[in-house]
Amino acid sequence: MIDLTELTIKQAHEGLKKKEFTSVDLTKAYLDKIKKEDKDINAFLSVTEDLALAQAEEADIKIATGKFGELCGVPCAIKDAILVEGEKCTAGSKILENYVAPYDATVIKKLKEAGVVILGKTNLDEFAMGGSGENSAFSVAKNPHDKTRVAGGSSSGSAAAVAADMAVYSLGSDTGGSIRLPSSFCGIVGLKPTYGAVSRSGLIAFGSSLDQIGPIAKTVEDAKIVFQAISGKDPMDATSAEYAFKDLNVSLKGLKIGVPKEYFVKGIDPEVEKIIRDAIKKAEQAGAEIVEISLPSVEFALACYYIIAPSEASANLARFDGIKYGLSEGAGKDLLEVYLHSRGKGFGAEVKRRIMIGTYALSSGYYDAYYKKAQEVRELIKEDFKKAFSKVDLIFCPVSPVPAIKIGERTDDPLSMYLMDIYTVSVNMAGLPGISLPAGRQVCQDGTELPVGLQIIGNHFEENKILAIASQLEKMI
Amino acid sequence: MISKEEVQHIAKLARLELTEKEIEKMQKDLSSILDYFDLLKKAPRTKTNYSNIPRNNGIADSNVTRKDEVISNYDKRDELVAAAPDKKDDYIKVKAIL
Repeated sequence: MIDLTELTIKQAHEGLKKKEFTSVDLTKAYLDKIKKEDKDINAFLSVTEDLALAQAEEADIKIATGKFGELCGVPCAIKDAILVEGEKCTAGSKILENYVAPYDATVIKKLKEAGVVILGKTNLDEFAMGGSGENSAFSVAKNPHDKTRVAGGSSSGSAAAVAADMAVYSLGSDTGGSIRLPSSFCGIVGLKPTYGAVSRSGLIAFGSSLDQIGPIAKTVEDAKIVFQAISGKDPMDATSAEYAFKDLNVSLKGLKIGVPKEYFVKGIDPEVEKIIRDAIKKAEQAGAEIVEISLPSVEFALACYYIIAPSEASANLARFDGIKYGLSEGAGKDLLEVYLHSRGKGFGAEVKRRIMIGTYALSSGYYDAYYKKAQEVRELIKEDFKKAFSKVDLIFCPVSPVPAIKIGERTDDPLSMYLMDIYTVSVNMAGLPGISLPAGRQVCQDGTELPVGLQIIGNHFEENKILAIASQLEKMI
Repeated sequence: MISKEEVQHIAKLARLELTEKEIEKMQKDLSSILDYFDLLKKAPRTKTNYSNIPRNNGIADSNVTRKDEVISNYDKRDELVAAAPDKKDDYIKVKAIL
């Protein structure tokens, strides 16, 4: 008997087609597994059992007709910052603890049309702010490879659920690395699409010029299937682009791969560097040409990001005022007190910190030195990548300078936590697509093996090139 | 180190109530983060005029606009009002501001 919870989208689809099992069988197997095992992982904030079973029954009717797509009847998990109508959406925050989504995000609408089964909403850093998952107001999602370590953030539960076989695939969101980082830490595939490739409508906003929704899956092929289903122009998101995915026939042979010299300097774990260098070598042996490139302005990317993202967040999170939705501490004497109490009580430490940084950077007297300067440097970063992509097809680099960290290791020092994002934020600043592909495992002294992800960055709307090459590499490393 | 008064001023602008302990921690955290931002002083000056950058992350060449028209098939009015913590009939209740 095959284990139903170890299947990829492709395998689940084949099984459904051959009538080896039904979508209800599949869904029940996952729900059982979540019930038994998630108490040790904390991947889910809520399990949407009724919704999942109803969707599975509906999918089975569609499957019986013989005409159904690859995602039909396949169970997935959704980051709890993406709205699913009628279900709670907490964003990992006390301020939205009892908030019920009044409508579906566009990506959910699209998945529902494809016959999705939604198992539940996954854990995350509060409002997607964090690299470790530890800023969740409810619980810390643990790394299935070593439960004393973090799953990575901010899409911590989405990555942990897939890595622990508690969902076939999941959706995450990525503002500065929040899909790629946990995918790297958990040893699975995570794609951050080009800014505008996927609609942001119904994603609780963090940094609106940076946010993108993307798939987390067990294989590159699965990530592609989900990306195809959720991408495209949406009238509800003015920044979404006229875009339709097209397969690209490209291979490593003759491909030009850029390796940024600035990404292999101090701060990178030597074991991580070795695993990434080995992956690059394998690409070279398969016929790729490796070109050393320079991205001189990425040195400033992290500082830039931690000004721009919190500035946008401080504006976006102004809507949580105790009036329109969520927690309201209404006992104050006037409106100002309702605001102060509700936000003071509802937001956690990291969210407060970022609202403060953003408000500071945008405040009178500091705007030019911080926000405006950061926007100008952002243009330099975009220029660097533009120049690089005039010479190379793709860029290879690490996702993170370190493998999954221990729970509690960096929580006292916010800046050390921010430094984990050093290789991921530039991609969001430039609006580029990037994938995290499992490249190897670092063996710790105690014998545990921690996954390390290779980051493949492409030019705007060249997800097809990234996915084709990642798929070829996946079989080699 | 950023002063307590400065933290209190920013917190008020951000409509955040902070406890004494939070203010103290914020002084420390913001100072080390702002020190890190000093790195940007080393960045070369750019010719780009920030106000000319399209607000769509610069991927398209221009801003995207739409006609100011009512779209009638989007009716979530009741659901949106229902999400408010304090309401009366069809209205969201707020404290008097005067």
